[in-house]
Amino acid sequence: MLNLYTRRRIINAAGLSISVLAMLLGLFWLCWILITLLDHGLPALAPVVFEQVTPPPGSPGGLLNAIAGSLMMTLVGTLIGTPIGILAGTYLAEFGQRGWLAPVTRFINDVLLSAPSIVIGLFVYEVYVVKVKHFSGWAGAFALSILVIPIVIRTTENMLRLVPSTLREAAAALGAPQWKVITLVTLRAARAGIITGVLLAVARISGETAPLLFTALNNQFWSKNMDQPMANLPVVIFQFAMSPYEDWQRLAWAGALLITFSVLALNIMARVIFRQSATTH
Amino acid sequence: MPMFSHEARLKRQALFDLLFRNLTRAAAFGVLALLAAIIVSLIVGSMPAIHAFGPGFLASSDWDPVNDKFGALIPIIGTLVTSGIALFIAIPVSFGIAIFLTELAPRILRRPLGVAIELLAGIPSIIYGMWGLFVFAPLFADHLEPWINKHLGSMPGIGQFFSGPPMGIGILTAGIILAIMVIPFIASVMRDVFDVVPTLLKESAYGLGATTWEVVWKVVLPYTRIGVAGGIMLGLGRSLGETMAVTFVIGNAHELSKSLLMPGNSISSALANEFTEAVGDLYTSALIELGLILFFITFIVLSLARFMLYKLGKREGLAS
Repeated sequence: MLNLYTRRRIINAAGLSISVLAMLLGLFWLCWILITLLDHGLPALAPVVFEQVTPPPGSPGGLLNAIAGSLMMTLVGTLIGTPIGILAGTYLAEFGQRGWLAPVTRFINDVLLSAPSIVIGLFVYEVYVVKVKHFSGWAGAFALSILVIPIVIRTTENMLRLVPSTLREAAAALGAPQWKVITLVTLRAARAGIITGVLLAVARISGETAPLLFTALNNQFWSKNMDQPMANLPVVIFQFAMSPYEDWQRLAWAGALLITFSVLALNIMARVIFRQSATTH
Repeated sequence: MPMFSHEARLKRQALFDLLFRNLTRAAAFGVLALLAAIIVSLIVGSMPAIHAFGPGFLASSDWDPVNDKFGALIPIIGTLVTSGIALFIAIPVSFGIAIFLTELAPRILRRPLGVAIELLAGIPSIIYGMWGLFVFAPLFADHLEPWINKHLGSMPGIGQFFSGPPMGIGILTAGIILAIMVIPFIASVMRDVFDVVPTLLKESAYGLGATTWEVVWKVVLPYTRIGVAGGIMLGLGRSLGETMAVTFVIGNAHELSKSLLMPGNSISSALANEFTEAVGDLYTSALIELGLILFFITFIVLSLARFMLYKLGKREGLAS
């Protein structure tokens, strides 16, 4: 029979070792996934990937149309979602002290933040694709913008709350009307944080596949027309990776590498911008 | 008349104020309208299926597009079981990571390790799916599944859940990949929640001679119970709705099988695989009803999660 002291120390050591193991396990997975991506993706990442459009199985080709489509839809989605998100976030932070609208919106927004993205795809399909009767780049961009809005609202509100109220009071004391205080002082002071939020939103939507499946669908050819089905990296990766053709699978790995590293780069960039602004304050 | 023009300018500014306030209010209201629109459009879209199958849709395991007979039981079970497996694995691991990041890690390592875990959360789900299909599933089929078959499969009682051909893909694989995906979400919420425990409280326990493990188990965890539960629910919400990571590895079979090693289907993977190919109004509508059910389940889970996190935040006096 061990005495109580030894037993407590053993339990402590065991518990803490398990905790270290858990951490190592998390890092192990991150490394494993990244190494796999580099291992399969780098050999497939030839210049032709950026020069040619997606091929039929068995012939050479690249991902040019998918890359262009992804960039266009991500850009349009961000451009639609960001202003709405910033405005709503401003309402929550600056005007939301009274009334029912702000707390309810905040709650619903937090729920939408992690709502299943495939349901957003279904929604856009129902309200847009069914009405115009064909899949299109616009529909994809709308679906992505719905994913952008909650992220931007959340960060905008949080960042505006960090702005000291003395700043608002100082501006108001100089006689500035409220809209000027908010647009020229508070929003400007919170700029770096809001940009961080937008970057995180871009990172999130550039890897999203599910909402594009029923909206943008895919397009084998080069197309700049947003009113037509549009190729995009995630859906192409999905289709090519699930196919039995080896050259399609190679292209899927190249695309996976591109997406992951752009998403990681955006994430890190967002952090750097946020940190720089935090140290200058 | 300088006075008059001054007043006019003030009035104009007041008008701008009113416009600006209402513009932001409209945007906030837009979020609520968006939620309402999502719910209404899903209900309208699933009306044909609701009329055709009624509440029996939830309990029927039919999925026969040729004869237009549909039921949601198999995908619902698939979704719940894969998420259950994911949580079963993810909760202890995330707990360990959160403890490591808040109590054990040297101060220099805390930030980079925290960022690494958050990056793991940032990797798009389709990458997890691909990795699962091409890297994890073959390894799983060659090494782990024979072991599971041999040891767990022969046990009385639970054996039936762990027997079957080692194919690599199936419900269990999907659950494991989901676990890898939700670990970073749960771990970072737990870390944030553990960080709100007042240092004074922990130091008092240490002062009484408690070990680190006892401080975590008897001070930190009881103090943050609601928040930890909220983080877990948040992870559950994520895994219930996750599409791509599951679609790659679950096998997409509309079969109800007891064994976790057999292929199955989840709501989101059924949607991803079948929606664009669905012919006929009833087929499409049945799939939309599946989406409605998924949205309903995740909405409840996520609401509970937020409610719990708010509650912890309120106790802390943090309006988070």
